Amino acid sequence: MTDAPDTDAPDTEEGVAAIVREAASSVAMPLEITGGGTRLGLGRPVQAARTLSLAMLDGVTLYEPGELTLVAQAGMTVKALGDLLDGENQQLTFEPADHRALLGTTGEPTLGGAIAVAAAGPRRLRMGAARDAVLGVRYVNGQGDVLRAGGRVMKNVTGYDIPKLMCGAYGTLGVVTEVGLKVMPKSEIVRTLAIPGLPDGKAIAAMSAALAMPCDVSAAAHLPRSVSRELGFSDAVTLLRVEGFETQATYRVESLTEALASFGAAEDVAEDPWVAIRDVMMFAGDDRAVWRISMKATDAPLLVASLREQIEVEAFYDWGGGLVWLACEEGRDAFAGPIRQSLAGFGGHATLIRASDAVRAAVPVFEPEITAIATLSKGLKARFDPAGILNPGRMRA
Amino acid sequence: MIEMPVPDRKIIAKQGDLAAALRRIVPAEQVIHTAEELKAYECDGLNAYRQPPLLVVLPDTTDQVSRIVRLCAAEGVPIVARGSGTSLAGGSLPTADAVVLGLSRMKDVVDVDYGNRTIRVQTGITNLAVTGEVQPDGFFYAPDPSSQLACAIGGNIAMNSGGAHCLKYGVTTNNLLGVTMVMADGEVVEFGGAHLDAGGYDYLSLICGSEGQLGICTEATLKILPIAEGARPMLFGFDTNEVAGEAVAAIIRAGLSPVALEFMDKPAITVSENFAKAGYPLDVEALLIVEVEGSDAEIDEQLTRIEEVVAPFGPSTVKRSGNDIESAKIWAGRKAAFGAIGQLADYICLDGCVPLSQLPDVLKQTAELAEKYGLKVANVFHAGDGNLHPLIMYEANDPDSARKAEELGADLLRLCVEKDGCLTGEHGVGIEKRELMLTQFNERELRQQMAIKDVFDPAWMLNPAKVFPLSLSTPHVEDRRAA
Repeated sequence: MTDAPDTDAPDTEEGVAAIVREAASSVAMPLEITGGGTRLGLGRPVQAARTLSLAMLDGVTLYEPGELTLVAQAGMTVKALGDLLDGENQQLTFEPADHRALLGTTGEPTLGGAIAVAAAGPRRLRMGAARDAVLGVRYVNGQGDVLRAGGRVMKNVTGYDIPKLMCGAYGTLGVVTEVGLKVMPKSEIVRTLAIPGLPDGKAIAAMSAALAMPCDVSAAAHLPRSVSRELGFSDAVTLLRVEGFETQATYRVESLTEALASFGAAEDVAEDPWVAIRDVMMFAGDDRAVWRISMKATDAPLLVASLREQIEVEAFYDWGGGLVWLACEEGRDAFAGPIRQSLAGFGGHATLIRASDAVRAAVPVFEPEITAIATLSKGLKARFDPAGILNPGRMRA
Repeated sequence: MIEMPVPDRKIIAKQGDLAAALRRIVPAEQVIHTAEELKAYECDGLNAYRQPPLLVVLPDTTDQVSRIVRLCAAEGVPIVARGSGTSLAGGSLPTADAVVLGLSRMKDVVDVDYGNRTIRVQTGITNLAVTGEVQPDGFFYAPDPSSQLACAIGGNIAMNSGGAHCLKYGVTTNNLLGVTMVMADGEVVEFGGAHLDAGGYDYLSLICGSEGQLGICTEATLKILPIAEGARPMLFGFDTNEVAGEAVAAIIRAGLSPVALEFMDKPAITVSENFAKAGYPLDVEALLIVEVEGSDAEIDEQLTRIEEVVAPFGPSTVKRSGNDIESAKIWAGRKAAFGAIGQLADYICLDGCVPLSQLPDVLKQTAELAEKYGLKVANVFHAGDGNLHPLIMYEANDPDSARKAEELGADLLRLCVEKDGCLTGEHGVGIEKRELMLTQFNERELRQQMAIKDVFDPAWMLNPAKVFPLSLSTPHVEDRRAA
């Protein structure tokens, strides 16, 4: 993994700490933190003299299937993790996205990367995000101290919840070296129901109705026609994932089909669409800008309709409507102005996931913070990384 | 005995002026100042420790909370936020120089949104009232601490409360989407909202479980979930704790996801059976209650599988509920356990967590330690997630017994940490486990946590003497306030 002369890839935690200490001492020398390097296009481009790779820290510390607990080092690949869990018929709870196709990168995504960017997939709806799965971390702060927070048990209020704070912090508060996770059993039966032809608003209503039923729907997405075609559907399609034991899954499918009859006839989908939805494959392979918008599900079609009046956009919905994926021309600023202004009327936030380095350096990639929160963010950064050497500029200019 | 910092005489001398200033913010009767009335706020659920506060103020609105915090910040007066005062860790124990900001009048439901499955409430509302609001429409709020009839959502957020059903539905932090928080300087800030993800740093993560030390939450947006069609438990008796522990791991490993998995040891079984007559077997060492949810057919399918998975462990008792009456009977003993023990003795309820695999050993050592101190300990706990609740029985009127109970408690929590567990799963650190924090974390780790409080509350005015050992926090607070 040491593909550049200025990359350090220590194989011990103490090695990581030593590099951070060195970088922080006397002349501060910023570090770009990497794992498999597949998500470096997320966030703002980092100007760093050196790269600190966690790829060599790839061991499993502990796996207790009977406790649904796994502790692994940050450089372990998501694939290796998946294989290990699969051996016990278990899986990660948060279905982390693989960004390679969307961002056009190569390499193997790592656990540390998934945690750093809080890469939650369709199952977030039912099982939560990376932050909900994380039980504890070991990390190196910006002064090179090796610290622990949380633990490996399922419930823990012993001190502030730093492990969750590290999820989605893009390596700006600490270099996470080890992660304790809650994992989950795989379901015996997994089925996907599809209702064709619904306009966006009705589709959100159908998904809300499904999610209001005690059927543990584990994913709900709506693909308008222009997007669904990419996955081989002939019309717009509203998708629901149902899981369980045999009797249970059948019962759940029947209940949902009956309850949603007024929206249309639900049919089983043979081919699993959820990996493609998770990885936003429908927007892969072109040069448009891609936005990820987290908002209230019932407002989502209103936002999309409003944007369609202003600019040319293609959109689809995950998380029952609570997550909108949007593609538009990149232009000078990926239409950040109209997108964020329209969203401001509803609440939520927009993150620019794919755009050229120039655009991501010029446009706030993450939703701008109000003054009070920006002050907190600066304060946390200053107290976790006083020298400002960990992924400087990754999240905010 | 747990120490508290020496109160500031200069602040105490200002009581009259401060009360007058608070009366300009809220109606006069919502400022409590007489010694007699202040007594009602002298302790929380950890009632071995009592200290009446300087004043109590009971606001109705976020704006009033903001003005109170501004006033106290300007006057240099610490604030202890309080929901319903049910904390078992002394999380809302006042100091003599602090104003208690009580949320008990702030109980409004602001908004219910079934389309997005959220409810917006003021944080003084009780946990059960949230479920009560949405239950007629087929929804519930998942975290269900056993104090849910009394405890406030604000306290649940402060302690990241769980309950018997968090094995399936998670704890407060997994069900909290947004808060309105009054910051240490009185500014009102919104964190999160009705959407799922954070747009930058995940501040809700820090706020939930911060024991009222980072700000005062006045409103919260919570997830609500559809109520299952039905639920039925099954009861298993085992000859040893070890085998019961193994059966728990086997159930989980088999991919069966019960909503509740409760464990009772012999002392707990005996006491609660004598009290509740639930028909529990008295010739077993350990008892498991496993509950699953769904339609009748779904429940039967799951219970059958659980029975199959447990069979190889040779349970000496197997009782499967077939209807609501049988379900109530199985739960009756478990639900009566704390009350039954309360009839026998005063007790301290601990809250350590251990990995499931350590359970048998921890129970064995618990019994040995209890014998060493000459005290009785009963164990009733959430086995699925390893969250132990040893109940140490003692005589509150006997100082020697009280001291021994406290020492045994500390030993048991140290044991949890030794076994790769933690001091507290859902009750919080408060004052109770403050000094034990150095057994779980080293000083540098705690100082990194304290730095977070510095960022939110630079002068350490919000619930200052909690969570961190006084040996670290007292000099730190003096430095911060002098700066």
